[in-house]
Amino acid sequence: MSAVLEKRDDSLRTKVGVNNFSIIAATVNGSGSQTANAVITRALFKMGIPTSGKNLFPSNISGLPTWYIIRLSSEGFIARRETSEILVAMNRATAADDIAKVPAGGMVIYPTEWKITETRSDVTYYSLPVLQLAKSSGLTAKLLTYAANMVYVGALAELLGIEFAEIENALLHHFNGKRKPVDSNMAVVTAAAEYVRANIVKNDSFRVERMNMTQDMIQIDGNTASALGAIFGGVTFVAWYPITPSTSLVEELTHYAKALRMEPETKKATFAVVQAEDEIAAIGMLVGAGWAGARALTATSGPGIALMTEYAGYAYFTDIPLVVWDVTRMGPSTGMPTRVSQGDILTVYYLGHGDTRHIILLPANMEECFEFGWKSFDLAERLQTPVFVLSDLDLGMNTWMSQQFQYPDKPMDRGKVLTAEQLNELKTFNRYDDSADKDGVGPRTLPGTDSPYAAYFTRGSGHNSKAVYTEKPDEWEENLRRLARKHEFARTIVPSPVIDSVDGAEVGIIAYGSTDAAIAEARYRLNAIGLKTSYARLKALPVTQEALDFMRAYKRLYVVESNFDGQMAKVLMTEAPDCASRIVSISKCDGWSLSSEWIAASILEKEQQ
Amino acid sequence: MSLQEPPSQEVNFIGLSRNDYKGGASTLCKGCGHDSISSRIITVAYDLSINPKRVIKLSGIGCSSKSPAYFLGQSHGINGLHGRMPSMATGAILANHNLVAVGVSGDGDTASIGMGQFKHMVRRNTPMVYIIENNGVYGLTKGQFSATADEGQELKHAGRNELPPLDVCLEALVMDCGFVARSFAGDPRQVETLLKAAFSHRGTAVIDIISPCVTFNDHEESTKSYSYGKAHEDVVTDVSFVPAREELTVNYNEGEVADVEMFDGSVLRLHKLDSKYDPRDKFAALKVLEEAHLKQEFITGLIYINEDRPTVSELSNLSETPLSMMKEEQVRPSREALAKLMAEF
Repeated sequence: MSAVLEKRDDSLRTKVGVNNFSIIAATVNGSGSQTANAVITRALFKMGIPTSGKNLFPSNISGLPTWYIIRLSSEGFIARRETSEILVAMNRATAADDIAKVPAGGMVIYPTEWKITETRSDVTYYSLPVLQLAKSSGLTAKLLTYAANMVYVGALAELLGIEFAEIENALLHHFNGKRKPVDSNMAVVTAAAEYVRANIVKNDSFRVERMNMTQDMIQIDGNTASALGAIFGGVTFVAWYPITPSTSLVEELTHYAKALRMEPETKKATFAVVQAEDEIAAIGMLVGAGWAGARALTATSGPGIALMTEYAGYAYFTDIPLVVWDVTRMGPSTGMPTRVSQGDILTVYYLGHGDTRHIILLPANMEECFEFGWKSFDLAERLQTPVFVLSDLDLGMNTWMSQQFQYPDKPMDRGKVLTAEQLNELKTFNRYDDSADKDGVGPRTLPGTDSPYAAYFTRGSGHNSKAVYTEKPDEWEENLRRLARKHEFARTIVPSPVIDSVDGAEVGIIAYGSTDAAIAEARYRLNAIGLKTSYARLKALPVTQEALDFMRAYKRLYVVESNFDGQMAKVLMTEAPDCASRIVSISKCDGWSLSSEWIAASILEKEQQ
Repeated sequence: MSLQEPPSQEVNFIGLSRNDYKGGASTLCKGCGHDSISSRIITVAYDLSINPKRVIKLSGIGCSSKSPAYFLGQSHGINGLHGRMPSMATGAILANHNLVAVGVSGDGDTASIGMGQFKHMVRRNTPMVYIIENNGVYGLTKGQFSATADEGQELKHAGRNELPPLDVCLEALVMDCGFVARSFAGDPRQVETLLKAAFSHRGTAVIDIISPCVTFNDHEESTKSYSYGKAHEDVVTDVSFVPAREELTVNYNEGEVADVEMFDGSVLRLHKLDSKYDPRDKFAALKVLEEAHLKQEFITGLIYINEDRPTVSELSNLSETPLSMMKEEQVRPSREALAKLMAEF
C-alpha cells in the first residue's frame, strides 16, 4: 500500500493548514499527561474546531510509552491520520523515533533539560525548560511531573493561538469546577506561555483560529455514551468483571445510575450492579436476571467473550434476553490489550455450541453507542435472546465529538410476557410456541407470576414447544426451525444499514463500527481524484434486506475492517453467497485504528489491479 | 399447638394440597437418595405453606441437577450449566428479591467445576437454600470419583482414590456462610428439620446431604452408602424448628436449650448444648468439621448458624419493587434529565 500512498501522496492526504493538522504528545504513562491532553482537546473543540483525541497507551500503570494524538480538521474529519505534524516530545526513551516520524515542515517541542542535538533541518524545534516552568505551579516535588505536562499546554496555546479562556474552561470542566487544581495548573500554563513569548521566535505556520463547526455538539467517549444509553434504556441489572477496554462502561454506568436511577423518595436503587468473580459468573448472573425479567447487561472484551461462550449459547437456546457489550480489543490474552481490533465478529456471531447465530449491533459513533444502549434491550426482550453490541477500544475509550443524543423515540418493548390475568384466562401456556405470529418467539412468563399456569422448566436442549423435556428428533428439530425463524424475523427488525448510493459508482464499500469516520474521509478523497464510491455501513447482524440489495447492486464490494482475516467479509460471503465472488476484503490489524489514507490507498490499489 | 388450624386436613395455611407441591415423575435410579430429598422438599414446602409460585428452582448439571423437575411443579425451574447455578441464582434473586430460591447441586457440580461460584455465592450471601446431594461419585458419566470421595475409596472403574476429600461444609464455613448443615438422605426427619430452618435463614443456607448413589457407590466399602450412613451417622446437634406462626410452649431448664431467632421470625431451638457444642460458635464449628475431616467421620446436624450477615440483596439497597417488575417510568429517566446531561459534555 505504501507505494500507492506515496504516488498519490497529495491527493489522498489531508492538506495541512489552519485548523487542519495533528498534534502527537509522546509521554510516559502514569505521568498525568491525560489531563493535559484532555484540556487541549476540549479547548480546541470549544473553539468550534472539529477535534478528536486518540490515546495510544500500554497495558501498564506507570513507566511505559504513551502517545496521544489530537486531530484538528477544518473539513470535519475526525479519524486517525498516518502522520502528526506537531510532536510534543516528553518521553526521552522514544524521542529519537518520535522525532524521526515528524513529517517535513513539522514542529518538535521538547524539554531543554534533555540537551539533545537538533539534527533535522526540515522541522522546527522549540525547547522548553519544562521542570523550571512546572515549579511555577507551586506544587510539591511529588506532583511536579503532573504539572510538567501543563507546560506543553501553555506552550502550544501560545504557539498555536489556543484561547487561554478555553484552556481555563477545559480545566474547570476536567476538575469538576474545583478552583484549586485549576489555579495551580493554570499557573504553569501561563508561565509556559510567558516563557514562549519572551524566548521563542515562532518560525512555523501552524495555528488555530475560532470557527463555528461544533456548536451544540458534545465531546464524549463511547463507553460513557453506551452507559448513558443503557440507563435511558431502563437497565436494571448489571454483572461484570473488569477488563480493558470495557471497564469504564460499567464504571460510568454505575456513576450515572446513582444520579439518575434512585427513587426520589426512598433513595433506593432501581438497578443492581454486581462485580462478579469472573466473566463466566457475570453472564451466569445475566442469565438468571434476564430469565427472571430484569433488563440485564454486561460489558466485556474478547477474553471475557471467550469465557461467556457456554452461557451465551445456553441463553440463545433457552430464549433468555440479555445484553452483552463487547468493547473489542486485540487478542488474545495480554501484550496488546490496549490496542484496537474488530476481531470478534466471527466468534460472537456464532458464539456457543450447537447452531447459534446471535444478534449483533454495530455502533459507529457516539450517537449510536447511546442509541444501541437502549435499543439493545428492546431487541433482546422482543426477540428473547442475547444481543451483542460490538463497540471497540477506539470508540469506547477515545474522545469523539458528537451531535447531542436523541431521547428514545419509542416506549420500551418488553416483548411477549404473559401476566397472571392473561394466563388465568388462557388456561394454558406453551413457552416455545410461536404459532400465533410465526416470528420464532413464544410467550414467556416471569418467575413469581401468580398463576398456576405460569411455571415452566428451562433447560438448554431437549425441550419441546411446551418447554417439556424431550429427546424426540422431530420435536427438537422443530425447536431449531423456530430459532431459525426467529433469526429471519430479527433480520426485519434490527437496524438497517446507513446507505449512501452514489450515481455512477461501480464500487460499493461496506464497513461497520469505528472505521466509519475514516471511510467518510477516504471516500471524500477518492471522489476528489475521480473514484466514485457508494457506501453501506452495517449497523447489525444478521444483515437486513437493504444490505443484501446493496451488495447485489455493485460490481466490486470492498469490505473494510480492522482485523486480519476480513471477518465481516467472510460473514457476508455466507449471508449472500451469490455476491461472494465480488467481495474483496480490505483489512488491517496492527493495533491502530484504520486511517483514511490507508483505506483510500488500499481501495485505489485494488481498483488499479 | 398452632395459633390457627389449617382449614382442613388436606390443605395447608395457604389452601394448597400436598399435590400442589409435587413435580414430574423422577427418571433417576430406583432408590436414589436424591428422590428422597425431593420428597423432603415437597413435604417441607407444604408444611411451611410456602407459595410455590414464588419459588424458583435452580440447578447445574448432574443427576442431582435433574431433580428440580421432580418437585414443586408450580414453580419456575431452570437447569443451567455445570457448576454455574450460583451465578444464575444471584442474578435471578437480585432481579426479583421476593422470590424464594432453592438450588440443587451435586458434589461434582459444587466441589469441582463449581467451587469458585459456590464460594462467591456464599461470600455474597445470596439468599437461597443451597442443597448439595453428595454421593462422592459422578453418576451421569458413570462412576468417576468426585472431589468429595473419601481417601482410600475404591470404585469399579475408577480404582482407588488417593486424594483427600474436599469438605463443602468446611469451605462454606471458611467463607462465612451463616447456615451450614450436613445430613443424610437416609435420615428424613433430620433432613426436613434442617430444610425448614434453611428456608427461614437470612442468606445462603448450605445443606450437604449425603445421598447414596445406588448404581455406582452404594457398595460395602463405600463411605457414601446407605449402610455406612446408617451405621456411622453421628448427630452433633439436636435442633427443632418452630415456624413463625407457632407458639413456643414447652419449657426447658435453663442451659438445656438455646433459641435462635431466624430472619423470618421462626425459631430454631438448639438442644443438649452442653453435651455437644454450640453451633453459634464459628471456631467450634470449624474444629468439629476439621476433626471429622481428619478422622473421616460422618457427622450430621446443624453445624453453624449466624443470622447477622446481610445478603447481597440487602447490600444492594434495592427498591421495594423488584427490578423485574419496574415500569418504564421507574427506569427511564426523563427527557429533561437527558437535556441536562447533554449540557455537561
